[in-house]
Amino acid sequence: MPRYGMVIDTKKCVGCQDCVVACKTENNIPEGYNRDWIVTEVKGKFPTVQMEIRTERCNHCSNTPCVSCCPTGASHIHEFGGIVLVDHEMCIGCKACVEACPYDARYIHPDGYADKCTFCINRVEKGQNPACVEVCPTHCMYFGDLDDPNSEVSKLLQSRKWHVNLPDAGTEPNIFYLI
Amino acid sequence: MNSISRRRFLKISGATIATAAILTGASKTLVKGADKINKEKVKGIQKIPTYCDLCFWKCGAIAYLKDGELWKVEGNPMDPLSKGRLCPRGTGGVGAHYDEDRLKTPLIRKNLRGEEKWVEVTWDEAFDFIADKMNKIKNQYGPESVALFSHGIGGNFIKHLLRAYGSPNETAPSFAQCRGPREVGFELTFGDVVGSPERTDIENTKCLVLIGSHLGENMHNTQVQEFSHAVQKGASIIVVDPRFSVAASKAKFYLPIKPGTDLALLLAWMGVIVREKLYDADYIAKYGYGFDKFAAEVSHYTPEWAYIETGIEPELIVETAREMARYKPATLVHPGRHATWYGDDTQRSRAIALLNALLGSWGRKGGFYVPYSFSIPKYPYPPYPELKKEPLDNPGGKYPFATGEQISTGIREATITGQPYPIKGWFVYGTNLMQALPNRDETIKAIQNLDLMVVVDVVPSEIAGWADVVLPESVYLERYDDLNTSPFREGFVGIRQPVIDEPNDQKPNWWIAKKLAEKLGLGNYFPWKDVEEYLDTRLKAAGLSLDELKKVGIVKAPERPIYFEDGVEPEFPTPSGKIEFYSDQLAQAGFDPVPRYTKHEQPPEGYFRLLYGRAPVHTFSKTQSNPLLRDMMSENELWINADMAAKIGIKNGQKVRLRNQDGVVSDAIKVKTTERIRRDCVYMVHGFGQKSRQLRSTYKKGASDAELITKYNTDPLMGGTAMNVNFVTIEAEV
Repeated sequence: MPRYGMVIDTKKCVGCQDCVVACKTENNIPEGYNRDWIVTEVKGKFPTVQMEIRTERCNHCSNTPCVSCCPTGASHIHEFGGIVLVDHEMCIGCKACVEACPYDARYIHPDGYADKCTFCINRVEKGQNPACVEVCPTHCMYFGDLDDPNSEVSKLLQSRKWHVNLPDAGTEPNIFYLI
Repeated sequence: MNSISRRRFLKISGATIATAAILTGASKTLVKGADKINKEKVKGIQKIPTYCDLCFWKCGAIAYLKDGELWKVEGNPMDPLSKGRLCPRGTGGVGAHYDEDRLKTPLIRKNLRGEEKWVEVTWDEAFDFIADKMNKIKNQYGPESVALFSHGIGGNFIKHLLRAYGSPNETAPSFAQCRGPREVGFELTFGDVVGSPERTDIENTKCLVLIGSHLGENMHNTQVQEFSHAVQKGASIIVVDPRFSVAASKAKFYLPIKPGTDLALLLAWMGVIVREKLYDADYIAKYGYGFDKFAAEVSHYTPEWAYIETGIEPELIVETAREMARYKPATLVHPGRHATWYGDDTQRSRAIALLNALLGSWGRKGGFYVPYSFSIPKYPYPPYPELKKEPLDNPGGKYPFATGEQISTGIREATITGQPYPIKGWFVYGTNLMQALPNRDETIKAIQNLDLMVVVDVVPSEIAGWADVVLPESVYLERYDDLNTSPFREGFVGIRQPVIDEPNDQKPNWWIAKKLAEKLGLGNYFPWKDVEEYLDTRLKAAGLSLDELKKVGIVKAPERPIYFEDGVEPEFPTPSGKIEFYSDQLAQAGFDPVPRYTKHEQPPEGYFRLLYGRAPVHTFSKTQSNPLLRDMMSENELWINADMAAKIGIKNGQKVRLRNQDGVVSDAIKVKTTERIRRDCVYMVHGFGQKSRQLRSTYKKGASDAELITKYNTDPLMGGTAMNVNFVTIEAEV
């Protein structure tokens, strides 16, 4: 059974938001909402500035506060690849998971349920990449099985320096940022 | 706490929350007509190849329909430009179709120009009105008194119509307001232009130098893809910019130059390379002309002299010059694109060309390749009527090296003065002159002298608000256009074809041109029944067919070499037949044969220089009402150095207005205090602060840099209008 994750090369990302637009068209996300977003972190004083650009989304954590706080079982870890999903039918829109997520990765859809990145499970089940990975003009995103030592994502993590977002939150995120 | 207000993405993009409206299921009023393409809603997924029109790059794309409704657009993997991946604008292409602000029906002005009060009319009524005015102008002044402003490949059929009518006056802002100085500077040096798409071999470069070019924010798809590969492969990146751009964050060397002094840096770099003999001597011996005279002149420029002008440390100037030389000839000093900055832009571009020549990068791998195109014969039209008058954009060759498209501002000037002959009609296709040309008042003044102004556009742009007649065009996903045979690393031909029906009474440009020609008695110039017949005729002459191209979207030409070292015959169509380090033709015309430094005015105390640029999700001022792209960025921000902001008491996120040296005050714009810009300038993304009331979703969102560009310097070589010469003060919004 694979454990899916993403490895994102911050050196290549230009923060163009193509991943955001692609997610919106692929998954029909309503205007004013988005499942992924861009963060630009600036350090230093001009002109000695360092900047990291990151494309962020649900981290599909291995230790999931959003799942443990859900009163109905709508938020769950899917058996396929450990992808974290929300069952729209079961969700009552109580916002507990929205508050619990340290990454602000969830929002309440106008139709009343919690919504977030699904790693484009419909595509992944067909052997395709998530839409954001597929469109990225800089090829900065890699998707694959973290448990397979020979996968591209595993090899990248072995060969490059990386960090995760909010490691102290203890959620064991499955999205890694190469630096 | 509201979950949406916590979305960091929205904080970053400065977007505001729009009411949720799901794009699909937008109601459609279907046009009655025999040429419907979605007659029957096909169940399941359909994939239709086409090419994108969100900018001028013309990437090959695949449009997806789900149960007969437009779903998404992706890159065409066969396409050498997109390599299967579009940029965010291309990915947001479906928004162009669903834009609720789109023009829906032909409009005729009710009373005053610019008032935006309209009468809805039929196409036939609109054509009758236009034909009547055009016939009157032809009889009273001659056909040359109608001028065409046209941007993009969609204008081809309208250009053909105006030539058939008898006018030589056809222009676009892309020369005198954009890349004209660059093309002329390179032509004076190598005898050839950089062109579009740029012939820059970023993919294979070992050292990339960007001077004010913010690749990554400026989203020219192929170049950004190649840039990220170059970064991955460890290319040495040198970025020169008053703003710490996205590209600067990837750079090995960042040079925070004082605006207006780039030529000093270029001359000092060349001085180092010449004095230390770091140039490609064999290449120069073989292909160079006038090198000794050039070398004698540039060797006087020292890094210490340049430091006083530019603020760049002398050691950094020396180090970066050596870095460029270390990787020659695979060093690419990028020529940029929008080059109309200060008024000596052709000479600055020529200096960039000369620096590349020193490094031997023109025609070489990792420098500038030699592009080629798929040759498709033109349609065999009857010959155009003989022109009775010369074009009037550059009377008497006032700008002796204006050798590209005509000077748009020259046509504007002639429309104001009536000299050398009157211009009484403007046809405007796909270019928002209110944001593209400097000094809006001059544009309005010119428009007041017209007897006819027609605007063909997909949205009610600001320029459409000044028209007598507005014709609503189908967006690219709803129409055929001419074939794309852009010169590139590989020759190819690409098709644009309709994938979905127009929602209302919009029509494609080929149909508009043909119908209007028939009204004007010029039907013989449009002998084809419809555009499919036109395309098929052209393709058959090249041994292809429309049916075949419609299936695949792209057909490639046989491969050819693109570098000198692979057998491309070096050709330099200059007067000497060589790379002109020293230009006799410039000297004869009274200009510097080797570029010399001119000091530019710096902002007075209390003022900032106004700089502008691009965001990856918008093109010019064309895309701000696209619902998907608007959702990514609905207004621009004013970048100001954090220390300066504190000094003048301006806080991050507050609204301010800018007042320029001529007293023009902008709309309110949100402040972004940042460590990513110098203290002497402010920056905003171009294309916002739009004044068209019909563009409800973007009306007065953010501020317009174009509105503040009342002052411009004209390049004496080619008539380009330099626009980075405006100074502003900041006033808190009360």
